[in-house]
Amino acid sequence: MKKKLHNLKEKYKGKKMAPAFNALHTFLYMPNETTHSGSHVRAADDLKRTMNTVIMALIPVLLFGIFNAGYQHYSAINGFPADFSLFEHFLTFDNFWIGAITVLPLVIVSYGVGLGIEFLFAVIKGHEVEEGYLVTGMLVPLIIPVDTPLWMLAVAVAFGVVIGKEVFGGTGMNILNPALTIRAFLFFAYPTWMSGDKVWVHQAVDLAGTPDAISGETVLGYLAANKGAEFSYSISDMFLGFIPGSVGETSTILILLGGLFLIFSKIASWRIMLSAVLGSLVMGFVFNMVVDAGWITETSKFYGLMSLDFWQHLIIGGLAFGIVYMATDPVTGAQTNRGKWIYGFFIGFISVMIRVFNPAYPEGVFLAILLMNVFAPTIDHYVIRGNVKRRLKRLKNATIFPKDTDNKAEELKAETV
Amino acid sequence: MSTDIRIKKGLNIKLVGAAEHTTTKAVLSNVYALNLNDFHGITPKMLLKKGDEVKVGDALFYNKNREDMLFVSPVSGELVEIERGERRKILSLKILADKKQESLEHKVPNIEGASASEIKELLLKSGCWPFIKQRPYDIIADPDATPKAIFISGYATAPLAADLDYVLQGKEAELQAAITALAKLTPGKVHVSVGKSSNNPLGSLKGITLHKVSGPHPAGLVGTLINKVDPINKGETVWTLAPQDLVLIGGLLLTGKFNPERTIALVGSSVKTPKYYTTKIGAEIATFLYASGVNGDNFRVINGDALTGTQTAPDGYLGFYANVVTALPEGDDYEFFGWNKPIFNKISSTRALTFSWLFPNKKYDLNTNTNGEHRAFVVTGAYEKVFPLDIYPMQLLKACMVKDLDEMEQLGLYEVAPEDFSLTEFICISKQPHQEIIREGLDLLYKEIG
Repeated sequence: MKKKLHNLKEKYKGKKMAPAFNALHTFLYMPNETTHSGSHVRAADDLKRTMNTVIMALIPVLLFGIFNAGYQHYSAINGFPADFSLFEHFLTFDNFWIGAITVLPLVIVSYGVGLGIEFLFAVIKGHEVEEGYLVTGMLVPLIIPVDTPLWMLAVAVAFGVVIGKEVFGGTGMNILNPALTIRAFLFFAYPTWMSGDKVWVHQAVDLAGTPDAISGETVLGYLAANKGAEFSYSISDMFLGFIPGSVGETSTILILLGGLFLIFSKIASWRIMLSAVLGSLVMGFVFNMVVDAGWITETSKFYGLMSLDFWQHLIIGGLAFGIVYMATDPVTGAQTNRGKWIYGFFIGFISVMIRVFNPAYPEGVFLAILLMNVFAPTIDHYVIRGNVKRRLKRLKNATIFPKDTDNKAEELKAETV
Repeated sequence: MSTDIRIKKGLNIKLVGAAEHTTTKAVLSNVYALNLNDFHGITPKMLLKKGDEVKVGDALFYNKNREDMLFVSPVSGELVEIERGERRKILSLKILADKKQESLEHKVPNIEGASASEIKELLLKSGCWPFIKQRPYDIIADPDATPKAIFISGYATAPLAADLDYVLQGKEAELQAAITALAKLTPGKVHVSVGKSSNNPLGSLKGITLHKVSGPHPAGLVGTLINKVDPINKGETVWTLAPQDLVLIGGLLLTGKFNPERTIALVGSSVKTPKYYTTKIGAEIATFLYASGVNGDNFRVINGDALTGTQTAPDGYLGFYANVVTALPEGDDYEFFGWNKPIFNKISSTRALTFSWLFPNKKYDLNTNTNGEHRAFVVTGAYEKVFPLDIYPMQLLKACMVKDLDEMEQLGLYEVAPEDFSLTEFICISKQPHQEIIREGLDLLYKEIG
C-alpha cells in the first residue's frame, strides 16, 4: 500500500491533479519529505495536527448539538420534561435520530462544498491543499440554526470560501474568519430565515401557522423582546446547554472544556479567550449599572438584555462559542501577544454591546469578531511600532565608528548620531 | 566582575548521541578540502594553479573585494583539484597531503605592545581573519570597520554541541593570547559568556567582560548574548568569534604558525560511539566517522549541529568553522496517519497529542523528516515562546519574504543571523525555511544598503 501510493505520487508529479492526489495521500501517510535547508531536524507538529486538535475540541460540542436538536424538537412539541433525567430524556435514540437527519447533512454539505472548492483552487493554482478548511468546515454547521436549508448553506459556503478566503490567497492569507463570513452571508442574504423565533428548533418553521405550531425562540430572543419572564430555562439549563440555539453554541460547559483543552494543548491563545471574557463582563456590568441607576425603565426595549446579570451573557447565545473557537483563529486575529489582549477584550465588549442594542437580531458575537478581524492588523501595527520605537530610541546612543580605510583604529573616536 | 543573564524563552533539544568525554587522534587524512560555501559572500580569486605545491598556511586564494584577505591551506601538499560549478564558480579546493608537513612561519609582533594595524595585518595574511565574523549581515568581518564590541559565546546550548568546558581545557594560553590581540581591534569591550555553573577556561581570562548565562537554547547563541548585553543599532558593527577559532588564532600568535588542528565532537544517533577527535580543518570525515562506527547506511552527515549545520556526506570534509560533526538518520519514509496519531518519540512545542512535555529529560532520536508539509504562516505566538530576542520573529520573517527594506531595518534585521532563527524554524508548524529567509533578507539588505 505504502509503496503503491508512493509510485502513484511519482506518476502524478508535475501533473495538474497532483495537489488533489497529494491531499488525499498525505491524509493517509505523513510525507517522506526531508529537510533541505536550515534545521536538519524538525518538531513533530504540522498544520494538519494543529487543525485536527481543534476538531477534536469541537467533537463533544457537535455530539451535544446532535442530541440537543432532537431534545428541543420533542420538548417543543410535548413540553419540557418535568423531572429531567439525562439518559431518559436527552441521550435517547429518538433525539439522536432527529439530530442525525438535521445536523449531519449540514456537516456533509459544509465539508463537501468547501473542500470541493479548496481542491478546485489547489488544482487550478497548482499549490497544495492547505488544511484551513478542516476546521472551518466543522465550525460552520455548529454556528447555524438547525433548520437552515441545505441549498442556502451550500451557497453561503461557496461565497465564504471563495470571497472570504481564496481571493486573498487561501489559508493563512485571509482577513476575515471564513466560517463567520459564511455565517454573515447567511444572515444578510436570507434575513427572514435566519432571524425570528422559528428556525432554531427542528420543524418549527414547517409547523408555523398550523394547529401543531411550536415555538423555536431562543433565550436571547425572549430577552430581546422583553419577555424574559416567559421562558422556563434555568441557569443550569443555560450552562449545560439544554436550550434552543445554533447547533453547537448552547452547551457552555462543553465549550469551556473544549477551550481548556485548546489552551492546554497550546493551540489556541488563552490571552484572547481570557480578555474576551473580561471584555464581555465589563460591558455587561456597565449595562447593569445603567439599569441600577434607573436611567432606563422597564418599558425600554433594551431593558430585557440590559438588566440581565452581567455574567449570564456568557452562558446564553453564541458568545462562549465565539470566544473559544472563532476569536482565537490565529490567521484573522491579532498576532502579537499584547495585541491579543486588546483584540480579545473588544470582541467581548462589542459582542455584548451589539447584543443589547441590536433589536433585529440579538446576537452580536459574529459581527463583533468580524469587526475586530478588520481591526486586528491595525492593533498589531501599533504594538509593533512600540518595538520599532524602542529600537529607534536606542539608536540615539549608537556608537558608530567611521570606516578605517587608513588602518588607524587606535585613533578613531566614536561618532554619536 | 561578571553579570548574570538568565534566558527564559527557549527550548532544549535533547538528542540521542552526545559525545562522551574521550578524545582520540583521528587517522591522518590523505586529501583535505576547503568548501568555499563556508565563506558566505566572498568572491574567491585563485592565487595558485592546479598542481602547485603548498605549505600549511600558504595562501590559496584571496577575497576579490579585499586583496589582503587571504585564505590559506590547512595542510602541505599538492593542490589537486579546483572544483567549479555554474559560471565557473569555485566550489571547493582539494589538496593531496604530503607525508612531511611543513608550515609557513610568520613573524609575530609582541602581542602586548602590538598596534591594531599590526595585528590586523597578521590575521589577514595568516588566514585567520575569516574566523572573525561581523554583524550586521553575518559575514566575514570587514577589516576596515571598527567594531563597537567583540562577542564570544562560550556556552554551547545547541543540540549535541561540543562541550566547551572539555574541549577548551588546556588551551588557556592560546585563548588569552587571542583575546589580548583582539581586544586591540575594538575601542569597546570584549564580551565573553560562559555557562553559569561551568568551569570553562574562558571564564578566567583577563581583559574580558564576563557574562554568566543560564537557560535553555538559544541562550548559548552569540546573537542572544549581543541582544541582552548591547544590541546592535543601525550603523554599528560588532564582531563575533567562536571559542574553537580563538584557539587557532591564539596558536598563531604564540607560535607564528597557522595550525588548523581542532578537537571536534562526533555526535548523533547514527554514530555508534560518539566521542571527540582531534583532526584538522578540511580533513576527510571518513577518517573518524567510521572509526566510531555508524548505524545503518541511510544517514545524513552534517558539518555543525543539527539546527545550523550544513549537509555533507560520509566522504565529505570537515568544514572551516565546524567543531561538531553530526550524523542523523534520514527520515525519507512515510508514516501511516503520522499527522493525527499520538506521538511519543518526537519533540514538540505543543501538547497536541504530542507528549514530549511529559518527559522533559528524555533524549530523542530525531530523523531529518520535516514531519509535515510546507504551508503558509498560520499559527501565531509560538515562535515568541522560544525566541528570547526583543524582536518580533514572524513579522521580521514576513518583511524579509516581501523584501521590504524599511521594515527589515526597523524590525531589527541588523541584529540577527540566520542561526538565531534555527529554533523558530525547528518548531515551525508551517515548516517555513526561516534561516534561508533571513539569509536572503540579510544578503538583500547588504546589497542595497551595506
